[in-house]
Amino acid sequence: MAVDYAALKKGGFMRQKQKNNFSLRLRVVGGNVTAEQLAKIAEVAEKFGDGHVHLTSRQSIEIPFIKLEEIDAVKAALAEGKVEPGVCGPRVRTITACQGNAICPSGCINTYELAKELDDRYFARELPHKFKFGITGCQNNCLKAEENDLGIKGGLQVTWRESDCIGCGVCVKACRTEAITLEDGKITVDPEKCNFCGRCSKACPTDAWDTVSGYIVSFGGVFGNHIAKGEPVIPFISDHDLLMKICDAAIEFFARNANPGERFKFTLDRVGRDVFEKEIREVYENG
Amino acid sequence: MAEIQIADTVDITDVVCPVTFVKAKVALEELEIGEVLAVRMNDGEPVQNVPRSMKEEGHKVLRLDANEDGTYTLLVQKNEE
Ligand code: SF4
Ligand code: SF4
Ligand code: SF4
Repeated sequence: MAVDYAALKKGGFMRQKQKNNFSLRLRVVGGNVTAEQLAKIAEVAEKFGDGHVHLTSRQSIEIPFIKLEEIDAVKAALAEGKVEPGVCGPRVRTITACQGNAICPSGCINTYELAKELDDRYFARELPHKFKFGITGCQNNCLKAEENDLGIKGGLQVTWRESDCIGCGVCVKACRTEAITLEDGKITVDPEKCNFCGRCSKACPTDAWDTVSGYIVSFGGVFGNHIAKGEPVIPFISDHDLLMKICDAAIEFFARNANPGERFKFTLDRVGRDVFEKEIREVYENG
Repeated sequence: MAEIQIADTVDITDVVCPVTFVKAKVALEELEIGEVLAVRMNDGEPVQNVPRSMKEEGHKVLRLDANEDGTYTLLVQKNEE
């Protein structure tokens, strides 16, 4: 029987160097795995693999040493623990995320909710080449947003509220970009320097800041054979639906323009970043 | 603002993160609720983070003053745990 490796890869089965063995990549969203899933994964690794799993660099789990003839049995066993195979190849890959504001005090957005939403919207969507999304909750960038074809970083847009300010000066020092000055009891924020980290508001003893949470989106990151950091087009997007439209537009642009086997960055280089930026700005302005 | 009565002073310029916060926290534990602790700290990480940690612990940060020697003094009022 001829083995259809492309179909297997699409289904998350990665050919190993050991003949007839496959490392099965699992579907993990935003780096969260339930205890129930873990228990089932452990059971399958013992029964069908060699008793170990591998944590991939992009928050997935792989079970190595799965035999070709047991693939269906493995899938059925995993399904009992609500575990699904992941994907590989030319399509939207695992959506990665840090813990975000559901867990982390520094978080500015709910990264996991967003990861689930993007996963529902795009998971496994076929494209000219692989396409990676990564979501990080704040400027600390634990999830390295700019390594991804499309990176999302949470931020807070801050506005000082004079009535609640006690002039303590904490925010001036909490700000790492020296965007804040305090003079005669009045705070000024230099918009050129502010990076939406939200540290001023989080440190302020009286919460004298109005905040709007939003997203800093970067495009065209790669971190493999070639290394380049994704760059934003719009400095800060506060509207969630608009974020989705911008993600749609970026994926559509890639689908329409990329050559097979070409990563987003190289499509942008070849077609012209200005052409792409113009399309994104149009979506941003007209919705 | 009315004069703030300082109940105790702690110097955390001789320790590094995360001990900075721990040292300040221990000093604060010695105080009665409502009393004010003055915490002398270095520029950089401590002054960027210790005031916020105090807030997150539920205490009331009153003021952060720059000292002439480049250090900072944070006045924090103890709240209930
Ligand atoms: S990037 Fe920010 S929100 Fe995410 S884990 Fe790191 S510090 Fe927390
Ligand atoms: S959001 Fe961050 S960068 Fe902007 S003023 Fe506040 S602390 Fe500074
Ligand atoms: S931290 Fe808050 S209260 Fe203190 S100076 Fe800044 S805005 Fe005012």
